[in-house]
Amino acid sequence: MADWYAFWLIAPISILSAGAMVLARNAVHAALLLIVNFFTLAVFFLILGSSFLFVVQIIVYAGAIMVLFLFVIMLLGVDRPVPLTERIRGQRWIATVLGLALVLEIGLAVRLGLGLSTGKVPDFSRVNAGGNVRALARVLFNSYFFPFEVTSILLTVAAIGAMLHGRRNIAEEETVDTAVGETAT
Amino acid sequence: MRTPISYFLLVSALLFTIGTVGVLVRRNALIIFMSIELQLNAVNLALVAFSRQNGNLTGQVLAFFSMVVAAAEVVVGLAIIVSLYRKRRSADVDDASLLKG
Repeated sequence: MADWYAFWLIAPISILSAGAMVLARNAVHAALLLIVNFFTLAVFFLILGSSFLFVVQIIVYAGAIMVLFLFVIMLLGVDRPVPLTERIRGQRWIATVLGLALVLEIGLAVRLGLGLSTGKVPDFSRVNAGGNVRALARVLFNSYFFPFEVTSILLTVAAIGAMLHGRRNIAEEETVDTAVGETAT
Repeated sequence: MRTPISYFLLVSALLFTIGTVGVLVRRNALIIFMSIELQLNAVNLALVAFSRQNGNLTGQVLAFFSMVVAAAEVVVGLAIIVSLYRKRRSADVDDASLLKG
């Protein structure tokens, strides 16, 4: 029964913070609301019996990724509000209508696939025997060991790519600055 | 556990849709990027919910990999946004119209 109360406490916060994130004019406010949303998702993971992903969600998303976001926002200084006028006419209405259609479509698919009020959720304690971390490690390092190793290559390539993008080329910067017509500060 | 799994899937669908609308509507590259993160997280929630429904940990492993890919994606994407900002002095995606004839 506790999960029922936790769900109905957390779900509105999750949806509202996500909606406010999309509507926020200030990028810093959007980032903070997204952190709230990540925490609510972590609680969902805990309700669903996935304590490892609960911790990883908080450490990786709410910790590392959002700090990176805030760092870039502060670095670029784009924390001033932006004008919200439309450049393509009717873009917002069309996007909202398409979004509603997508929600209805997924809702219909869920209703057809699982049913909206299936009372019995299968027992998870046998799967999580010995703790969620141990059970997950057993699956990860047996069946999915090769993909796990491949992610190390992915992370290395991502780090090299970020380094190449962030590199400041002095000659290139001068030409760009004169082309834009601004003096470098 | 009394909460039906389908409720989690509906929350996931709503979050994914909010992220999609954010990508379609906003023009600040950083907020578009945050909306993409929201979409990735919504899919993670669906994966974990299905893992619970099927009594199988594969969905959680897939959500874990998706988090790793999201971390790599954030690193590269933010680097692209920073270099775009250096060139155009703006994080507005409409200003990045180099290919416009």
